[in-house]
Amino acid sequence: MIHDLWLVPAFPLLGAAILMISAGRLPSRAVALVGVVPVAVSAIVSAIIGIGFMAAPPSGHAFTEILWRWIAIGGFRPAVGLYLDPLSLVMMLVVTIVGFLILLYSTEFMAGDEGYSRFFAYMNLFVSAMLVLLLASNLLFLYVGWEGVGLCSYLLIGFWYQDAANGLAARKAFIVTRIGDTGLMIGLFVLFTHLGTLDIQPLLHRAASVWPHGSAIASLATALLLIGALGKSAQIPLQTWLPDAMAGPTPVSALIHAATMVTAGVYLIARMHGLYMLAPAIQMTVAAIGAATLFVAAFAALNQHDIKRILAYSTVSQIGYMFLALGVGAWTAAIFHFMAHAFFKALLFLAAGAITMRLEHHEHDIFRMGGLAKKLPVAFWSFLIGSASLAALPLVTAGFYSKEMILSETWAHGGAVPILWAAGLVTAFVTALYIFRAVFIVFFGEAKTPIVGRYGIRIVLPLAVLSVLAVIGGFVETPNGLGGVTIFSRFMGSVFGPAPLAAGATETALLVFASLVSLSGVGLAWLLYMRPAPRFAAWTQTPSVVAWRAFFLSGWGFDVVYDRLVVRPFLYVVRINRHDAIDDVYTGIAEASRGLHRLLKLTQTGRIRWYAGWLAAGSILTIAVAVIR
Amino acid sequence: MTTIPLDHVLILPVLLFALGVIGVLVRRNLVFILMSIEIMLNAAGLMFIIAGARWGQPDGQVMFLLVLTLAAAEVSVGLALIIRIRHRLTTLDSDAADLLQG
Repeated sequence: MIHDLWLVPAFPLLGAAILMISAGRLPSRAVALVGVVPVAVSAIVSAIIGIGFMAAPPSGHAFTEILWRWIAIGGFRPAVGLYLDPLSLVMMLVVTIVGFLILLYSTEFMAGDEGYSRFFAYMNLFVSAMLVLLLASNLLFLYVGWEGVGLCSYLLIGFWYQDAANGLAARKAFIVTRIGDTGLMIGLFVLFTHLGTLDIQPLLHRAASVWPHGSAIASLATALLLIGALGKSAQIPLQTWLPDAMAGPTPVSALIHAATMVTAGVYLIARMHGLYMLAPAIQMTVAAIGAATLFVAAFAALNQHDIKRILAYSTVSQIGYMFLALGVGAWTAAIFHFMAHAFFKALLFLAAGAITMRLEHHEHDIFRMGGLAKKLPVAFWSFLIGSASLAALPLVTAGFYSKEMILSETWAHGGAVPILWAAGLVTAFVTALYIFRAVFIVFFGEAKTPIVGRYGIRIVLPLAVLSVLAVIGGFVETPNGLGGVTIFSRFMGSVFGPAPLAAGATETALLVFASLVSLSGVGLAWLLYMRPAPRFAAWTQTPSVVAWRAFFLSGWGFDVVYDRLVVRPFLYVVRINRHDAIDDVYTGIAEASRGLHRLLKLTQTGRIRWYAGWLAAGSILTIAVAVIR
Repeated sequence: MTTIPLDHVLILPVLLFALGVIGVLVRRNLVFILMSIEIMLNAAGLMFIIAGARWGQPDGQVMFLLVLTLAAAEVSVGLALIIRIRHRLTTLDSDAADLLQG
């Protein structure tokens, strides 16, 4: 069965191809079928392969299959090949299963949209590109998937293209991630010129034997790969595209945030972790960027009005946790958090979509919702479970175990790391605060917007399944104090090696501490937003607080800074250079030859006597030269 | 029989050739141009004869016969062209036939 691995990305690609070729002529029932079934089949094939892999692992816990030789130019012979190890297996399972649930949900959510067929075509292409990215055995083939998800995110964020703002958001996402992609591409050039191959496993082996620990070239290569990862995973300083990406339909946000696209950067660094271990300085940078991002984004999330923007900043913040984990060498913890995050963030987005689709005018502002707990119980319970998992409520949620693992390994990493650990801990508190702020404002208090419509099974089922996953997804890896299950880290062990763990007593203390932090965050949210004291309301209106809230609302002013520093100077230069200074050289050459032609044309009088005269003069001249010499 | 020095003999064809060239350049009537070309050809033929006589070789006269034939063919083609131009432009002025100017 493992030899049928190529079917996993092929099915969604086939679905996308059928939908694109049919060009919207299929009836909507057929579109839904063609849109969902390929990903469902992919999920089933992945599951069968996964079970087979776990039951009887291939030698070396990895499976490589070269499908065909892509090109051969001298020593440059990239292969189109697939590579399956526990890392890509877990990612593949999450992408196909979560992707399938999101697509199932979309069949009802997007019903009646005039771009129904187009939507499913893009979504299938998106899933397929992500699977290519995950399974590629070669960095160049990985890059194909990498650009594929970039393209699909552009198409889907700008899905409702009649509104110019959506087109702008799509362009922003494309351009900002493209800055990162350029870094990645240059990184590939550096790797190839120095190591002579782009096949990932040989490349890692060669790098480990050729490059000494901490060598400059390893730092350069990993830094360039990191730039690519920062763009795709929306980390500081390239995080600004993600909140604007909310312009797309809600299932798109769920897919981008949970399963595809933003986790690509995490995957890239985890996949190339052998290189990062050779460059400790860059790895430390990864941790620092992750810590900064999770902190910045959590405060931004705390001040948003739009329910989807809260979740968007929350994603930036949670990917920051993954980067933090990658930076301190807690590779397994990062992938564990990726899995937990995929479940609860998809759940949160789908629940948010389930709320907005039932509100009049698709209301997104949380302050115009309220009292929805009784009216929308399905959305309420799923959003609550997702929020609990995001806030890392102790014992019962997946988010608790994954976040706990990251924090304890950050602590165990030592060195200058207590700062990173403190950032993670403070953010855990803010995370609980901002998501339960949303819960209390949206679901309690008095109703402000009328409810319309009803849910079908295709909305309820994905929410239910994801709710279950957001709870039980964490039980594959628990800390020593709580059963000490290590299924996940043992499974990942063949990729990342055994994970260092904090000493028992410290770990338990950290565990209790982190639990208390999340619980107190929820408690504070309850105090502030369920029973708002007049003093708190007055405090939020004082001028300095208002200014800070506006600052956080704008995402710490990154957009303004980039607008001033990059966008406007660029547009200014473009305006000056409207007629392209470089082009003037070539226009000049053309003009000069045209001028010469105009001169020569004067001799072409058409009068035969002149021609004869020139002929005679030329002959005389020739003879004179011949005679005189 | 006194021999005339070669240099003196050569003056005649050179003069004839120069007259022909001048005729081509200054006359505008196509028939006169054709006649001037004939004069140039004959100047060249005369040169062949003189050279043949000077070195006692028959090649000079052979070449003259060739030039003569060539001239006959050239005149027939040239006259045909002149007739066509006369039909088309209703004039024999060579400067009027400047339709091929750049």
